Amino acid sequence: MSKTLIRGAKVLGGEPQDVLIDGETITQVGTGLSAEGAEVVEAGGKVLLPGLVDLHTHLREPGREDSETVLTGTRAAASGGYTNVFAMANTFPVADTAGVVEQVWRLGKEHGYCDVQPIGAVTVGLEGRKLAELGAMHESAAGVTVFSDDGKCVHDAVIMRRALEYVKAFDGVVAQHAQEPRLTEGAQMNEGVVSAELGLGGWPAVAEESVIARDVLLADHVGSRVHICHLSTAGSVEIVRWAKSRGIRVTAEVTPHHLLLTDELVRSYNPVYKVNPPLRTERDVLALREALADGTIDIVATDHAPHPHEDKDCEWAAAAMGMVGLETALSVVQETMVDTGLLDWAGVAERMSFTPARIGRAEGHGRPVSAGEPANLTLVDTAYRGPVDPAGFASRSRNTPYEGRELPGRVTHTWLRGKATLVDGKLT
Amino acid sequence: MQRHLISAADLTRDDAVLILDTAEEMARVADRPIKKLPTLRGRTVVNLFFEDSTRTRISFEAAEKRLSADVINFSAKGSSVSKGESLKDTAQTLEAMGVDAVVIRHGASGAPYRLATSGWIDAHVINAGDGTHQHPTQALLDAFTMRRRLVGRDAGLGQDLDGRRITLVGDVLHSRVARSNVDLLHTLGAEVTLVAPPTLLPVGVETWPCEVSYDLDSTLPKSDAVMMLRVQRERMNAAFFPTEREYSRRYGLDGDRMARMPEHAIVMHPGPMVRGMEITAEVADSDRCTVVEQVANGVSIRMAVLYLLLGGAEFQTPSTPAAPARTAEENR
Amino acid sequence: MDTHDPQPLPASQADARPVLEAPDIARVMTRIAHEIVERAKGADDVVLLGIPTRGVFLARRLADKLEQITERKVPVGSLDITMYRDDLRLQPPRALARTEIPGDGIDGKLVVLVDDVLFSGRTIRAALDALNDIGRPRAVQLAVLVDRGHRELPIRADYVGKNLPTSLRETVKVLLAEEDGRDTVLLGAKQTPQ
Repeated sequence: MSKTLIRGAKVLGGEPQDVLIDGETITQVGTGLSAEGAEVVEAGGKVLLPGLVDLHTHLREPGREDSETVLTGTRAAASGGYTNVFAMANTFPVADTAGVVEQVWRLGKEHGYCDVQPIGAVTVGLEGRKLAELGAMHESAAGVTVFSDDGKCVHDAVIMRRALEYVKAFDGVVAQHAQEPRLTEGAQMNEGVVSAELGLGGWPAVAEESVIARDVLLADHVGSRVHICHLSTAGSVEIVRWAKSRGIRVTAEVTPHHLLLTDELVRSYNPVYKVNPPLRTERDVLALREALADGTIDIVATDHAPHPHEDKDCEWAAAAMGMVGLETALSVVQETMVDTGLLDWAGVAERMSFTPARIGRAEGHGRPVSAGEPANLTLVDTAYRGPVDPAGFASRSRNTPYEGRELPGRVTHTWLRGKATLVDGKLT
Repeated sequence: MQRHLISAADLTRDDAVLILDTAEEMARVADRPIKKLPTLRGRTVVNLFFEDSTRTRISFEAAEKRLSADVINFSAKGSSVSKGESLKDTAQTLEAMGVDAVVIRHGASGAPYRLATSGWIDAHVINAGDGTHQHPTQALLDAFTMRRRLVGRDAGLGQDLDGRRITLVGDVLHSRVARSNVDLLHTLGAEVTLVAPPTLLPVGVETWPCEVSYDLDSTLPKSDAVMMLRVQRERMNAAFFPTEREYSRRYGLDGDRMARMPEHAIVMHPGPMVRGMEITAEVADSDRCTVVEQVANGVSIRMAVLYLLLGGAEFQTPSTPAAPARTAEENR
Repeated sequence: MDTHDPQPLPASQADARPVLEAPDIARVMTRIAHEIVERAKGADDVVLLGIPTRGVFLARRLADKLEQITERKVPVGSLDITMYRDDLRLQPPRALARTEIPGDGIDGKLVVLVDDVLFSGRTIRAALDALNDIGRPRAVQLAVLVDRGHRELPIRADYVGKNLPTSLRETVKVLLAEEDGRDTVLLGAKQTPQ
């Protein structure tokens, strides 16, 4: 088996150390390690993190291979420093049966860029009426533990309650897309000063917050854990904070774009800023950063949502919602959390690797960088700063809101169980 | 003036006054035996209507024809648009035909802005109403009507609406007319008050440059002009208000209410009116109601906008036109 | 873009010399009024239309003189030719001036167009087009304060205050009390574009 020596890397942002990989495993971490028989990667002060884990990705396969496939999506993941992604269920057909989830899981294995852990639909066809065969998906080769109707909210309180209860049998978790459907009919952007001016249908914060409030109370009542997808408002933060203080088993994620962008950008009517949940206000952005720093929000998840060019090159109302995120997530987190002093790199590892792996029960991922652990690693040049160029994306889609924007940090190497998937910024 | 007319908020006070003054001259063309000017000869204007609006379309068409432009009417109904062709493809098709200006009406807020800023076309874009966003030529014709009635036809030249108290009543939430009017009237120095049930005001309205009231009766005596906005009956079904009867009782303009307005005050409506809902027939047909005038003024305003956007050279786009041939003073 | 600009750049007034002073202007206006009366055999059906801006003031002055001579009011108005110009597309959009046709109209009348300077003739061409859309005069005549030559169209004036031979490097600027505070005609040198 091949050996790799990563020399002089700041492990989790600490003092420079050498890390020796032998086969699929980290065998030694220390200083002055022997390079004998090993390929040497000079880290030169770059930061070494555990391979990132994304609890919220849309890979689009099967059904919308024109926007992304498991292959292109996992290559994008490797480019962004990820070694494990959770693929959302809103494909065509919907990932609501063991057959579909196994197919997606197997494609990820075959391509070998990044482990793919399928998320199963909570309800058949994401229609919110009838529970999908959650147990069968869990027992399949894919071993599904996270269930979500993402893109749609499990709005029926009884269905939500049953799902929360049912997955307890196999330690699963329901990831809720919190969006009260009646309050968001025709909604196009955050409801507030900007929507009033632009004449775009308002998406009130309360549509998210009311569902989160209900779900944490339901989780408390039935003693289940619940995960909140892409939390986007200051009010949601307050509810989750309160729930955690009560000991309710709730976890929450925030997307990179909700940490950086505000609804002011919608003034351009450029649909690249159209996303669900919508970009909120400056006040929300600051509350989300603070909550991610203090642990109220547990993790960063990308909500990587690829769309073909034509679905964004149109008028706002006709455009699809979503942004790609895998290849820019770490840069945005560095910009908003690390460079602002809110979080150190150990904190980033916690929120982008350890904790998401724990929530999703992903075995072999989100492990410490220490001897005996699987060699899932990513090396980041944190001193880099430059403009985002979508032309260089590995994703099949280019719908990034950051085109041309200067961001810090660049992932140069990624290893998946000892195998390099990204070397010097190039996919292998 | 900018190259396009997308939002009333884009107009400076001087831009707006220039448009109103120009429209005043255009209006005189309507009194002549030959209601036509050669100004836009050889220029092609497309009326690109994705939403039905016969009134606005024929108003623009009349303005374009009076200025001798070549006019192409493109209605989305029955065209390739209904077969799934995108706004971009439609725009580029028109561009390929050598169109100089696109007058666009679209159901989606921001569609004209996209058309003007996405690099799809080079033509001038004039917003003829987009979703619930803006309808700048409507606001201009309303301001023109107010200036004529409240300041005077000749006395108004070069003047804005400084200190005039304008009240807009009705479905502000869904109204592009309200948004455009608030922006323009504020720019022109007027004091604007919006009156509506709270359900028909957008969240965020508190940041607009106007007052907000839920009480029509207390506002009427302090108004120089009262503009009634159309209230669609469908809104009732979405629980914006309980019944038509209750709406009319609280926010409709009838003869009794009109009597509480100052003697000089006028009643306006962008049309089409829903008689019996926001306005009674008695008020709609009274001398104080300017609905018919507004329609006539619409043609003059659209001629002025077309002339100022298309009448000059392409290579210079200063914020104001070349030195005026005269000042307003001379024309007193 | 300067190469497209047909407008002479303003001559600085310091370099310009007066070719007509206020008394001269008054005298030639009186003369033109008499000529109109003579040629129109009493000026019964004369309508004076000034071309904005300064042609309008001259037309009003002529109307006053005609009234003194004939002891009758002579209808006077203004004719804005902006929208009939053939160089509209060469310059930014211009603000419009007022067209004011006297109440009885121009049909069957003798219209005398009044302008300050006759130069290329293009303004008068535009004025004739504009008249055409307003009515059908019996005849159209032209009165100008200064004819500086350099016609580009087959147009001539019927009444001329002063023939002023100029070169294309020169500018002629008419100042009138109503607009400029004093009456004078200045001949200056065109500044060469840098």
